[in-house]
Amino acid sequence: MSFLLTAVLVLGLTGLLLGLVLYAVSRKFKVEEDPRVGQITELLPGANCGGCGFPGCAAFAEACVKSESMDGIKCSVCKSEVMQQIAAITGHAVEVGVAKVAVVRCAGSCANRPRINLYDGAKSCAAAALMNGGETGCFFGCLGCGDCVRACKFDAIHMNPETGIPVVEQDKCTACGACAKACPRMIIELRNKNKLDRRVFVSCVNKDKGPVAKKACSVACIGCGKCVKACPFEAITLDSNLAYIDFEKCRLCRKCVDECPQHTIQAVNFPPKKMASPSESQQQVPASENSVEQLKAEI
Amino acid sequence: MNTFKIGGVHPEPNKLSAGKKIETLALPNQAVFPLSQHIGAPAVPCVQKGDQVLVGTRIADAGGFMSSPIHSSVSGKVSRIDSVVDASGFRKPAIFIDVDGDEWEPDIDRTDTLALLCTLSREEILDRIRNAGVVGMGGACFPTHVKLSPPKDCNIDVLIVNAVECEPYLTSDHMLMLEHSDEIIVGVRILLKVLGIDRAVIGIEENKADAIQLMQSKTSMVSGIEIMPLKMKYPQGGEKQLIEAVTGRQVPPPPALPANVGCVVQNVGTVFAVYEAVQKKKPLIERIVTVTGKSVKNPCNLKVRLGTPVSQLIEYAGGMPEDTGKLISGGPMMGRPLLDDKAPVVKGTSGILMIPEADAVRRAERNCIRCAKCVQACPMGLEPYLLATASEAGDWATAEENWIMSCIECGCCQSTCPSRRPLLDWVRLAKNRVGGIIRARNTKK
Repeated sequence: MSFLLTAVLVLGLTGLLLGLVLYAVSRKFKVEEDPRVGQITELLPGANCGGCGFPGCAAFAEACVKSESMDGIKCSVCKSEVMQQIAAITGHAVEVGVAKVAVVRCAGSCANRPRINLYDGAKSCAAAALMNGGETGCFFGCLGCGDCVRACKFDAIHMNPETGIPVVEQDKCTACGACAKACPRMIIELRNKNKLDRRVFVSCVNKDKGPVAKKACSVACIGCGKCVKACPFEAITLDSNLAYIDFEKCRLCRKCVDECPQHTIQAVNFPPKKMASPSESQQQVPASENSVEQLKAEI
Repeated sequence: MNTFKIGGVHPEPNKLSAGKKIETLALPNQAVFPLSQHIGAPAVPCVQKGDQVLVGTRIADAGGFMSSPIHSSVSGKVSRIDSVVDASGFRKPAIFIDVDGDEWEPDIDRTDTLALLCTLSREEILDRIRNAGVVGMGGACFPTHVKLSPPKDCNIDVLIVNAVECEPYLTSDHMLMLEHSDEIIVGVRILLKVLGIDRAVIGIEENKADAIQLMQSKTSMVSGIEIMPLKMKYPQGGEKQLIEAVTGRQVPPPPALPANVGCVVQNVGTVFAVYEAVQKKKPLIERIVTVTGKSVKNPCNLKVRLGTPVSQLIEYAGGMPEDTGKLISGGPMMGRPLLDDKAPVVKGTSGILMIPEADAVRRAERNCIRCAKCVQACPMGLEPYLLATASEAGDWATAEENWIMSCIECGCCQSTCPSRRPLLDWVRLAKNRVGGIIRARNTKK
């Protein structure tokens, strides 16, 4: 019986002693954490997307608390109300940014941009971009291996199996910019969301000369400059055979859309200019195309 | 018989065009010269649209020390300076020349007589090599004058001539040795003079018995040049593998160079180009190209003017077979797929290979089963499966720690993979990224 007692005593005493040591150590070396960090982390989405430039949401919260002002510190995923709440916690003023959304600037679907060879290497746009110019005659457009889809932490971008081009779900997109970073061809751009999600943009990044670009893709920007002349707000610039619409200056008048001979400029989420009979639009508009085509067909 | 110690594979040699005499291809109607035919800065055009040029006229200057000038291989008029999809698979700036007759620059010696004597000084020879635009003809296109100017603290004691030609299908170096052995020996002696050493080893793989025999008989009276038959194993012709096979020395990982272990390696085609540049004042304007493939009617070795469209070579070899699935510039292991048969022949085009569709298409990849065949095959002693996985996950730090920059992209790993994983594609991607990270780090310092 006594050996049992010895065992219980020895173990019990050792436990007590070590417990006391642990207690003392934890009191002595206690890490003081700002309670605000925890509060802010609670507010953040917790996807650790890295869109803010910090390695995860916790690091972002710490940066919010530690820095003197909120200049340049912004969670691109949070809505402005959340940012206001964060500002209330830290006590710094926060500037309310314009809501943005990822925009895929390539319309080189299988129909518009014929495949002239086949890439069957590693399923990665980055690897494909190193290999050669890609499967089509356009060396600037979408490679279609879906690096952007894999990069998205919010399930907001998917490949359209028919066109082979990624499609952004604007309601899910948080404009964290992960897809734009993942794209080796730099097709995806974060643009202002605007009222009612209306956007006008050049859906092409091809910098080849007109004839080369046109041969490669039927909806490529050929750098004709008609849109530049048409724009009353000087929002469009032409650089190395490619038009670009500055979304800060663009007032969504859509004059360029009508002018573009290649139908490269897309206007999305606008109501049709005129109502046309459904049969006509059915006939002329491919299902995958955006409202530009609709507008064109209906004018 | 010597060979390198670790790794390597034994692909089928398929030397279909072996023993076929070198034939000269007719002039093209239009020659295209991409400005970036070598490693380093692209050349800078020194002609303008409408200029008349002769064969051998310099049309682009070197864009720096690590660069090489480009010469016209035809006579005619510069029609435009535009862009072309070249063998690299990208659209690159190029000079287009409409061919009109065949007039040569007057100071080029066009005779076939062997010019044995070279009385030029070391600097004069280097100057001629640089001005002739000679680059490594094995495929990497490293400017030769850079290789011949090793860092001062390196003690070079041996010149290794790479006549291994370990790539399956290719036979251009083999035929060059059979038809121009005397010129090659003179070229080797010129290179020895430039390097200031007296020992050269010509490494030839054992499957080229006739070339070994011929070169041995020619060099038996020449002191300092040794012919070394090597075992057949891919990638025997890799610079580091060849150094190990010939001298037993191992080149340390990058940024160490072969010069650090006292070796300079030159391709046998480069040696011939050096001979022509120094003794005949002829710039690098033509090269031997093997046109081959299993279903090609007439596999051949052609002497081609640079800038000739690949389609003309294919036509000479009997046209592109109907079952062609892949068109490759270079050999099947390290060559690059061509997007367009209008791409011009450049300084590094060692072969044009047409692979039947059945062999060309990659089958679906499966998961890695950790069989380590790739580890066994890697001649650099790397772990390709690990590097590929790290690359797939974007883990560049792991890739760098595991010596990804030592990879020579020989493709042994991919060719042995039973799961048919695109290992090399992933490794190339990681190498590109890690290279960028290292460069950024060095510039920060």
